[in-house]
Amino acid sequence: MAVGKEIRVKIKSVKNTQKITKAMEMVSASKMRKTQDRMEMSRPYAEKIRRVIGHLSQANPDYKHPFLVERDIKRVGYIVITTDRGLCGGLNTGLFRKMLPELRQWEEQGVEVDMCLIGSKGVSFFRRLGMNIVASNTHLGDTPHVADLIGSVKIMLDSYTEGQIDRLFLVFNDFVNTMTQRPHQETLLPVEPIDGSDLQDHWDYIYEPGARELLEGFLMRYIEARVYRGALENIASEQAARMVAMKAASDNAGDIIEDLQLVYNKARQAAITQEISEIVSGAAAV
Amino acid sequence: MPQIHVDIVSAEGEIFSGPAAMVFAPAKLGDIGIAPRHAPLLTSLRPGEVRVQPVEGGDEQFFFVSGGMLEVQPHMVTVLADTAIRAKDLDEAAAVEAKRRAEEALRDKKDEVDLATAQAELIEAAAILQAIQKLKDRRR
Repeated sequence: MAVGKEIRVKIKSVKNTQKITKAMEMVSASKMRKTQDRMEMSRPYAEKIRRVIGHLSQANPDYKHPFLVERDIKRVGYIVITTDRGLCGGLNTGLFRKMLPELRQWEEQGVEVDMCLIGSKGVSFFRRLGMNIVASNTHLGDTPHVADLIGSVKIMLDSYTEGQIDRLFLVFNDFVNTMTQRPHQETLLPVEPIDGSDLQDHWDYIYEPGARELLEGFLMRYIEARVYRGALENIASEQAARMVAMKAASDNAGDIIEDLQLVYNKARQAAITQEISEIVSGAAAV
Repeated sequence: MPQIHVDIVSAEGEIFSGPAAMVFAPAKLGDIGIAPRHAPLLTSLRPGEVRVQPVEGGDEQFFFVSGGMLEVQPHMVTVLADTAIRAKDLDEAAAVEAKRRAEEALRDKKDEVDLATAQAELIEAAAILQAIQKLKDRRR
């Protein structure tokens, strides 16, 4: 009895899709947890470095590193972190949507914008927009390393030092929790003054070699650490968004299977009923 | 026995944390040994190994660092280790690489491929034409 063969085939194909989405959901869940651990692990370094910078700028009030000085804005730089892959809901779209009004504002003010893009989704989007892309870095994978980011960050830092850009922003998706990820923007340069006044001690360090060279090294590492944290946050967001999207997809597939199964059963029942009535009417005719 | 607390952290995680009798580190201006109650010191590190002498005696622990920063306070040593070897020209190379990638992304790569295949086809066609020409000549 070949009733509803098409429906059976369809049910099978939806079931296969459901298997894939379920697997992706579980993979994302585990990757998300791992990334959260990495975020936790990167915290002590950033905090330590922040404290030392606060102390350093406190100890040398007369010396202002270029990274700490505010300038008039003629050109700005953005480091935008996006995902490499899709299937993560409206994560990247939300980020772009938040950036566009601001980019338009810069355009109206006659301020040019340089882009440093981490993640291939951002590259394709801003290329379509015709933005000025000065550095890009894609396919960092799920476990990025600071070493992968140094190059792109250095381009932006150099162009800040040379006075080409007067402000540097970092944009990424902030991981709030599994259900919520928010596009987040922060100012990397100039580095906002770090309050060192909570250090009541009146001792000072011995500097080897000089305080200035050390400050430069610390500031660079501080900015790199922040970009690294942004990359981690973005990956955690990506995995969370993908997990939610895949869960919705699995649920949808379940609904579709249920509906199809009902249609299939009805068709089968109708066929049986028809067959019986045919036999009965045939027997009556004899 | 006096002891000093040592933290070795990198941007990607904590490497070591614990008490020590003495710590040795490859500072920029020469190797230094840090005993408890050392004067506050801030310095940068060369690539090399940080040695930590345990309080109870026993074997020293070695940690390779690819450079970084060192902060010393009387009861605490913090090594902010780099996760990669940093040198001016190495950083420069990474920067150049990131720039190249951007340019590559900007250029329409498809055109390049099309051009290459078209060229290959052209060469092939020219070769076939040449062969046909030779055959014709021979027949005559």
